[in-house]
Amino acid sequence: MTGCVMLAAVNFHTMLFYLFAILACGFAIGVVLADNVVRMALYLVFSLGATAGLFFLAGAEFIGAMQLMIYVGGTLVLLVFGVMLTAQAPFVSIKTSTGDRVLAGVVAASLLALLLQAALSVDAWRRPGLGEVGPPAATPIGTALVGIRVDDPPGAPAAGVRSGYLLPFEIVSVHLLVVLVGAAYLARAKRRRTARAIEVAASVEPAAEPRLRSTGAGAASALAQGGVR
Amino acid sequence: MSGLGMYGSAFPSPVPILAMAGGDGVSVAHYLVVGAILFTAGIVCMAVKRNALGVLMGIELVLNGANVNFVAFASPYLRGQGAVALGIDGQVIALFVILLAAAEAAVALAITLNFYNNHATVDVDRADNLKG
Repeated sequence: MTGCVMLAAVNFHTMLFYLFAILACGFAIGVVLADNVVRMALYLVFSLGATAGLFFLAGAEFIGAMQLMIYVGGTLVLLVFGVMLTAQAPFVSIKTSTGDRVLAGVVAASLLALLLQAALSVDAWRRPGLGEVGPPAATPIGTALVGIRVDDPPGAPAAGVRSGYLLPFEIVSVHLLVVLVGAAYLARAKRRRTARAIEVAASVEPAAEPRLRSTGAGAASALAQGGVR
Repeated sequence: MSGLGMYGSAFPSPVPILAMAGGDGVSVAHYLVVGAILFTAGIVCMAVKRNALGVLMGIELVLNGANVNFVAFASPYLRGQGAVALGIDGQVIALFVILLAAAEAAVALAITLNFYNNHATVDVDRADNLKG
């Protein structure tokens, strides 16, 4: 019985908000601090997933679902593929120098102080939410995307005609098509030039500098070959 | 009834920065703080990572931090007394941001793979062919 009373007293919304907020922020900081690129990708998955939880808590269930499907399911799979394709031993963890780290810490602290000062300076934003539950958002979003508004912004005075999002929707559609074609063209299967680039670099600077400084020459010759072919 | 106060209406914030947002329940300012932290982490990630894929992850974090702000301002649930929520507008813009982030990731990844094929590295410090 006592357990039931205590359970009822728990503010689940606030508790879950803090859980997801700590997860999102903690893993975002983990992405910054990690040196291993595979770990960075994993932390990013967790951070974006926790952000989807925050979206659900804010009552934006459609955006939360899209976040999970497009970001975590699509973009991150893409990034992980990139990590796997380029994760040769020397590139898995490229260290940042200590001076850069210190400078980045100073810049981050001042930027965070500025943003927090701006975020906390408006009183209306600091009042706790009224907990007003809106209607499911999927239908208004869908109709707004084809240009018909059926929603009513809460708290706003009765407005006249609000514009829909048909034109941005079309622009984004064409943009996605262009991106699809462009990405497929850029990443199409080619003869691998990795070995070739190393070979050219070695022949231009024979054993003087094994750091591949002159791979630009390799790239240029590869480009020239591509042009001839 | 000990312990009731711990999870009652005056739920203490485990994070000092979030406690600065004040109030009993969750307000828009709480979400803004989370968005600010994600944004800062993304900016730092973009600036200090030498792996090109790390820079891409920083961009994702920045866009995500902006999205948190959009959703917070859109939410009728978080709207405080006397404030105006963006409503559907904010959510639609957040949706567009997610779509553009996906498109940006696809193109940037293709460019990174091309860079890797031509230069045999993903270290962005080596991409200095255009340096005068």
